[in-house]
This record gives sequence, structure tokens and C-alpha cells, in this order.
Amino acid sequence: MKFSRSMVLVSNDPDSVRLGAQEVYRRFGEKLLELGLNEEVSLAQITDIGRHDALPLVIIYPEATAYGPVSVKDVDRIVEEHLYKGRIAEELLAPVKELSGRIGWLKTRKGASPMEKKIVTRRVGRIDPESIEDYIAEEGYQALAKALGMERTEIHATLEKAGLQGRGGAGFPTGMKWRFVAGTKSPKKYVVCNADESEPGTFKDRIILEGDPHSIIEAMTIAAYCVGADEGYIYVRGEYQLAQRRLEKAILQAREFGLLGKNILGSNFSFDLHVHSGAGAYVCGEETALLESIEGKRGEPRARPPYPTTHGLWGKPTLINNVETLANVPPIILNGAEWYRSFGTPSSPGTKCYTILGNVNFRGLIEVPMGITLREIINIYGQGMRNGAPFKMAQTGGSSGSIIPASLQDTPMDFESFRKAGVSLGSGALLICDENNCVLDLAITLMKFFQFESCGKCTPCRVGTERALRMLTAISRGEGKLEDLDTLSAIAQEMEYASNCGLGQTAGVPIRDTLKYFRAEVEAHIRLGVCPAGVCEMTPEAEKV
Amino acid sequence: MPTVKSLEDLKKIREEALKKREIKSAPGSVQIVVGMGTPGIAAGARETLKEILNFIEEKSLTNITVRQTGNIGRDSWEPIVQVVIGDEPAVTYGKVTPAAARQIMEQHVVGGKVVNDYVIPA
Repeated sequence: MKFSRSMVLVSNDPDSVRLGAQEVYRRFGEKLLELGLNEEVSLAQITDIGRHDALPLVIIYPEATAYGPVSVKDVDRIVEEHLYKGRIAEELLAPVKELSGRIGWLKTRKGASPMEKKIVTRRVGRIDPESIEDYIAEEGYQALAKALGMERTEIHATLEKAGLQGRGGAGFPTGMKWRFVAGTKSPKKYVVCNADESEPGTFKDRIILEGDPHSIIEAMTIAAYCVGADEGYIYVRGEYQLAQRRLEKAILQAREFGLLGKNILGSNFSFDLHVHSGAGAYVCGEETALLESIEGKRGEPRARPPYPTTHGLWGKPTLINNVETLANVPPIILNGAEWYRSFGTPSSPGTKCYTILGNVNFRGLIEVPMGITLREIINIYGQGMRNGAPFKMAQTGGSSGSIIPASLQDTPMDFESFRKAGVSLGSGALLICDENNCVLDLAITLMKFFQFESCGKCTPCRVGTERALRMLTAISRGEGKLEDLDTLSAIAQEMEYASNCGLGQTAGVPIRDTLKYFRAEVEAHIRLGVCPAGVCEMTPEAEKV
Repeated sequence: MPTVKSLEDLKKIREEALKKREIKSAPGSVQIVVGMGTPGIAAGARETLKEILNFIEEKSLTNITVRQTGNIGRDSWEPIVQVVIGDEPAVTYGKVTPAAARQIMEQHVVGGKVVNDYVIPA
């Protein structure tokens, strides 16, 4: 795998291009090749660097040094000093501005570099997912062999030390969860993999399941050994038929090789796996509803506590982890906690998969260290906004994530920084919207989704989503009243406090974020009767022809 | 089918698998990898794969391994085809329609010249 120790970003916005950024970029390429650094230094262009003085600007990671304005003749010196000798070329540095959030991203980074780092997707696209031999050739099942030689307590202690957090959205410490289940006394325990990835726009789990199904089997076997379970279920979303087929094939292969079943690898530990297909309900991604569904009942969340760690599947202690979380386990066991902590930020180590969608030039999946900022994702990996339209907001984590306004795009994306900023990382979908999108329209779309998917078990969610949807729709037709906004806030809050499960608790988030960051835009719909983005119809239902 | 009873067995399987792979990447042999995840298939990877296999049969080419893999995350570029000739670095092509596949097979696999029009920019 190509390893880059430094990353060079050259600004590429229209102003920079006018001032010769293209020539600077080209010269960097030539000079790096000349000194033989092209293998270890990666070079990229970035369209929006957040400041408009000192252009063209060149930023070099991991030091996050900003040089500017850089002309072609400065390039040689920067490469020789900074990248070859490792000294900062002081006289070429960009003037330090008061860090007003826009360029604050350089300082808030806490050491994480924005370079792509593949841990959970390292084999995807390299191996044939239907061949166990390919998987074994790429270090497959080595972690399992190592884990079987370890003490059970040592395994969850390693995960706790690595600081692995659940990648399904909530970010619960994985090692702690394993310890809870390992600590229960029961002759029968279960391990469940939550692969019911139904957040709109999220498809990271699918890519892992389709491209590297054996890694999940290996991780679940390690988990089962650690907590003392002998049976496991992979609950796969019904639409993921290719993933189901490949998983089933992988399980058969693992059984043939003796890597599942009785006396795995010659030890006295036995474990077997089943694939369970979901039937299309969003709420079944919620862990207790998922358990109900496996038991053959209607997919409705249970009241908690007791938590699944003590009373899970058929009342037995159950460990439930997301696909991406599990995929992180074998590399941690193999390489140790210290290695894992060298990626990401101190509070959230490791990498995160993001699926990029919306008004950007490149859409797809990336895996980057925790702590990268949204601005970097849009400009480096998204390759800038489509048609150059300004960035307005991003929606993270499918529907239950947050709406992030442009003002927060320089917040490092890790669990703690986002918690502090009052938003959530969610499952890793990034829906990027430009200024031609109306925030109210987005909120209505999300609320329609929640209203449709609410299972109806508890009142706040069932009634709240319905009322909120009607009110939002009324505003979009120009029939809203200002008091509606207060009612909407109250509904959002009540859903968050009183709902039974994660679906209802997060259903109010779009409303809360809309009113917090885009209140003026919503009020314009009501007071002025216009949609500033020109998206909403603004004609009452009755007057439509 | 070997049953893995110990770490030694696992190592043995691993070495065998690595050896097989070495043969695949010996000079003169060609590996063609088609991305067959959901986005790839939706974008028409099956037709592309069929076209590649047809071409190989038509021209009775030998020493070519065609295999599938998962989605590499560059969904905008599907269907994606990777061509590795001997121990040269892999060339990744995007938006490979059956017609493009034919062109790549003719010019790159047979002719040894990379078809720059379809290469995904890094």
C-alpha cells in the first residue's frame, strides 16, 4: 500500500488560478519527482481553503503549515526546506490571521492528517470476496489465531485501551460493552452483528460486507470467544441480497476450513453463525427492535433497561455491534492498541468511513482518520462543490444525524468535538447541500421518512412525527404561523425526552437544527411568504389547480 | 478441503495462497479485476465482464486471470476495471462500458498501451 508521510494541498479557487495556482501545482509535481519524494508525499488541489488573502495558498500536512502567497519560484525552496530537510521555510509563511473559525481548522486539527487511511476497507477491492484463500493470504484469520491464545479479559482490555467506539452512530465504547457481556454469568450468550444499515445515504457497511465478508466472521468469532458466546447472528438488511449471498458463502467456506463450528483452530472453543435477513423496516436497525425481529416477533423496540448486555436475544446476554465496529477488531488485536491510537484524535482514535453524497463533484466512500473537517472532505475528497455553488449545509448520518451549517464546517469530525458543538456524527453519511437547497424542504423530507418509519409503539414518536410533518408542510405552502415554530420546538423536545427508542429520540433533531441554524430562512417562509432558495411551492393546498 | 486445526495449518494455507498469487503476477501474465459490488453491477459491470470474457474467447488469449472484487468506494466511476500486467503497477479504469472494455482489451491487454481516456485520475 502506498504510504504518504506528508500531504501538500494547493488552493485551486478561481482567484488562486488567476494568480498562477496551476503553475505552482505543476511545479510541485515536478520538484517532488526530481527529489524522488513523489512516492512519500501526496499532492492534491483544494477548492475552498476558507480565506481569501495570501493566494495561492499552499498547506502542508501533518504540520498544517500554511504558505502564501506562493509563486512558482518559491516552490523549490518549500520542497527542499520543508519536505526534504524537514524545516519550515519561515519567510514564506502566510500571514497569521485572527483565527475566526474559517481558518481555525488548521489549529483545531489536534494532529490528525486528512490523508486517506484504510483500516476496515483495506482488503476491499483487493481480494475476491468469494474466496477464503484470498482472505487468508491477506492476514485473514491471523487475529483469531492470536486472540485464541490470549486471556479473555486481555481482549476487551485491548479494545478499551485502543479507544474503539461504536461506529453505528452513538459512539459507545466497544471494549466496555464487551466487558459488560463477558462479566455476565449465563451458560448461553449471543453475539449479534447489526448490518441493518438503513440510514438513507449510508452504504459503508454494505461495502465491507460485499467486499470483505470474512472480516466480519473473524471479528464475531473473536467477540464470541471474548464474551463466552457460542452462537451468533448477522442481521442483514433485506435489500442487501448480494451481501447476504456473499456472507452465506463465506460462512460455508469458514465451516469447511474449520474456522467456524466445533473446536475452532484446535481449541475447545466452538461457535457458529447464522445470517438473518431483515424485511425493510428502518426501526429494526435499533438494537432491541432488531432482537425482537430475530426472535420472529414484530420489530418494535423494547423498554430499556434491562439492556441487551444482560437481557438480549431470548433473554440471554447479547453483544450487539455494528459492521464497521467489528471490522476494526481484527486489526486492533493483530497490531495492538498503541498502533490504533496513532490514527485519529486522542478522544476518538482510529478511522471512520464516510459516504459522500449530494452537490459535490465526487460521490462515493472514503475512509479517513477521525478528526478531519467537513471542509477538507468537501474539497479534497468531494473535489469541490458541483458547479462552484457555495456550500450551505451538510446532513450527517442518514436521517438521524444533524444538519450542519457552513459555520461549523471547520469542526474536527470526531465524537467529542461534535458533541461539544451540539451536533452528531451519526452513521457517516454526508449529504452535502449547496445554496440552491431549502432547509425546510430537507426537514420535510426527513420528517416524512420518520413519520413513515415510526413503528407506532410509543405516542411521542407516532403522533409527534405526524404533527411535525403537517406543520412543516403547511409552512412550505405559505400557510404557516410564527407560533408554529414554538410548537415545533416543543414537539421536537418532547420526542427527544419521551420516546422509547433512538428513532423517536432523533426524529426531532432536524427540526431543532433547522430552527437553531436556519431560523431566519424558515421565518422568511412565514413572514414574507417566499422561499429564499426558490424550492418550496408556497401555494396553499386549496388554491392549487 | 483442508481443515484448519492449528496456527501452523493456517500459515500453510496462507503460503499456498500467496504462491498462487505469485504465479498470477508472473511476467507476461495479465490480471483483470472487475468491481462487482452493488454500484458496479447497477452500472453494468456484468455486461462489461461478459464483454471481456467474450473478447478473451474470440481471440483465444491465454495467461489472463479475470476475477471480481468489491466496491472500492469510487462510485461515481463505476463500472471499474483494473488491469495488471505482470508486475507493473495496476491501471484503474472508470466508466468502462462494454465498448470501452473492448478498446481496453485491444489496446492495453493485447497492445500494451494504456488507454488514457478511461483512466481514473488519482
